[in-house]
Amino acid sequence: MPENNDSLVRFTNIQKSYDGETLVIKDLNMDVARGEFLTMLGPSGSGKTTCLMMLAGFEPATHGEIFLNDQPINNVPPHKRQIGMVFQNYALFPHMTVGENLAFPLEVRKMRKNERKQRIKKALDMVQLSEFEHRRPMQLSGGQQQRVAVARALVFDPELVLMDEPLGALDKNLREQMQFEIKHIHEQLGVTVIYVTHDQSEALTMSNRIAVFDDGIIQQLAAPDILYEKPENAFVAQFIGENNRFLGKIVEANDVSCQVEVDGGGLVHAKSVNIAGVGKRATLSLRPERVVIQPPEGSLPNIFDAFVKELIYLGDHIRTRVDVCGHNDFVIKIANSATHATLKRGDVVRVGWEIEDCRALDPSD
Amino acid sequence: MTDQVTTQEVLTTADGVPLKISLKRAMRKKMITSLLLVTPLFLFILLTFLMPITDMLLRSVDNKIVGELLPRTIPLFSGWDENGQELPGEDIYRAMVEDIKEGAEAKTILRLGRRLNFERSGMSSLFRKSARTIKRIEQPDSYKAAMIKIDKRWGDINLWRLIKRERGSFTNSHFLSAIDRQSNDDGTIGPKPEYKQIYIKLFVRTMTLSLLITFMTVLLGYPISYLLATLPTKISNMLMILVLLPFWTSLLVRTTAWIALLQKEGVINDLMVAIGIISNDHRIVMIHNKTGTILAMTHILLPFMVLPLFSVMKTIPVSYMRAARSLGATRFTAFRRIYLPNSIPGIGAGGILVFILAIGYYITPELVGGVSGTFISNMIAYHIQGSLNWGLGAALGTLLLMLVLALYILYDKIVGIDNMKLG
Repeated sequence: MPENNDSLVRFTNIQKSYDGETLVIKDLNMDVARGEFLTMLGPSGSGKTTCLMMLAGFEPATHGEIFLNDQPINNVPPHKRQIGMVFQNYALFPHMTVGENLAFPLEVRKMRKNERKQRIKKALDMVQLSEFEHRRPMQLSGGQQQRVAVARALVFDPELVLMDEPLGALDKNLREQMQFEIKHIHEQLGVTVIYVTHDQSEALTMSNRIAVFDDGIIQQLAAPDILYEKPENAFVAQFIGENNRFLGKIVEANDVSCQVEVDGGGLVHAKSVNIAGVGKRATLSLRPERVVIQPPEGSLPNIFDAFVKELIYLGDHIRTRVDVCGHNDFVIKIANSATHATLKRGDVVRVGWEIEDCRALDPSD
Repeated sequence: MTDQVTTQEVLTTADGVPLKISLKRAMRKKMITSLLLVTPLFLFILLTFLMPITDMLLRSVDNKIVGELLPRTIPLFSGWDENGQELPGEDIYRAMVEDIKEGAEAKTILRLGRRLNFERSGMSSLFRKSARTIKRIEQPDSYKAAMIKIDKRWGDINLWRLIKRERGSFTNSHFLSAIDRQSNDDGTIGPKPEYKQIYIKLFVRTMTLSLLITFMTVLLGYPISYLLATLPTKISNMLMILVLLPFWTSLLVRTTAWIALLQKEGVINDLMVAIGIISNDHRIVMIHNKTGTILAMTHILLPFMVLPLFSVMKTIPVSYMRAARSLGATRFTAFRRIYLPNSIPGIGAGGILVFILAIGYYITPELVGGVSGTFISNMIAYHIQGSLNWGLGAALGTLLLMLVLALYILYDKIVGIDNMKLG
């Protein structure tokens, strides 16, 4: 993604407080490139929705400036910002038909009737709801309402569309289907999308880049694969995907790797990513699928004995919980291949992993 | 669809019983339980409300008293042509004498006089006088002459026409009075003399003032409800207490408070004189007239508008307005096209509540309405308590009830009752 040179939205030094005592957003700086699909991901209360509301113009920023197309928009009222928005509960107007809902943004722009009709048809075609133009929103299913909301946010050709947890109310299958549809619409139209969600798989599926929010701060802003494979701090590692975590004290460290004395006992070799130095505490993060079962002696820098506590059969893989280095919640994913290791509860096995796969991060709690 | 169902075989459960019967059986117990739950309240309402009301409404047409107190006279009327110019025959006069004698002994005849007095003034005194003197008539040559001798009004053919007209067990005279009409002596129906026409005017005034009061409560209640619905719960709960406060004070206290405020020597007039807006000689008359009724009733009925409005507005998500704004609507357009239409059910519910309460309001117009601010209900109360013309009171009440029902149906046709939400 091109950065800075073609940014559509820029947050500079944004701070936001509702009560004058605590900051919900603490010094936010972020660029959103034109045509990008950027997701703000974070637990509830992390400030992501507040961010979106400031951009849409429903909440004033306490400090700092937001730029849209290099124009400061702090003093531009919401209806002049030309930003499409999809709300959590769709916010379709119940007293209007689907067609009237879509006509609304065009009518307030004083568009002529012919053109209105054309635009509405095009937008409904895009979400495959052409025959529902004269229905009321209440007569549609959740997924259909969702599509109408998307069509309405796009019908007036905004450059930027904000989506505030738009799929939160849908069931799992529908949600996955809608994720793809929204992604395809984004690709077709080339519109810039800023998407808010607390669902990490949704974020990974749809986004060009993901901004992980916590405690009013962007913890990491990166592409999905980088976020997953190279988390920069313990929060991101924990929040994105499944994660085995060790806490411990650094006994030896250089720029590339370090050794950590794990709290439960055992010396682990890890990659230095975000550590304070020898003698300080650190969090080690290791993805369950990167753990090797029964590695040949000496083939890996980290090899430990593990005691199998629990096996859960999940079809494509077997989720295995083992006790290793005094941590009894260590999870291994064993892919269900023809040659996979067969373990039984109570077995003692050797497990091991590469230095590269085990990242030493800041100490969390 | 329906064709398919009828041509299909009857669905049955596993033991061969038709599904519908099976379902009915299963539901029966549930139905009996719910009936039992409803019964006490239903009986209570039936005994204490529906039956008395029906009885009261029937009084508007009830006229049995004439037939009961003139048992001999009434059957003979068929032999007399009231359209001719002849007085009734001797037999009718004789029967009347006997009826009055019997009624005088039983002391019931005065009730008949009072009843007929509603139709024609002087009837009460005629019957009282006749009851006193009728004993003198014993075996006369002519009953007719004897009666006319007692009181010459007995020789007035219109009096006999009236008695014949009112001989049935049912009468329309109360309803005619209630719409300022009367039966003329020749049996046709026409308007009452102008100086006696009051009820139509009162009905119209009741309607227009109620509409005005409803409109005022919308005007005053809408912004307050909006504020209550959009403020944080903590603050809105406190403001809600202020709205509900009038509910916790007695209606009489509130109404008399208005008297203290608005009367000629009252707080507001004193204040305006004190700061020199008006001179002492030109104190404004704000009470014991229409203004008083409108002001006091708007205040008293305001909570009935605010509560339904508030509960409807509470259900309008903030996101509707935000969506409208983000779609390019100004604050005003968003309000007009999105918020207002969604709050209409609240206006409808509050409006119909306030209007129906207002149209039957009694105590406040009575206290602050003076002459020009009284409602039809004050007149009903007068006839029930004062003039004791229960028949006319009941007729006015029936008309009021019909009017409300008609408006309700009209409302249903225009706005749709399903559009009304009380929360």
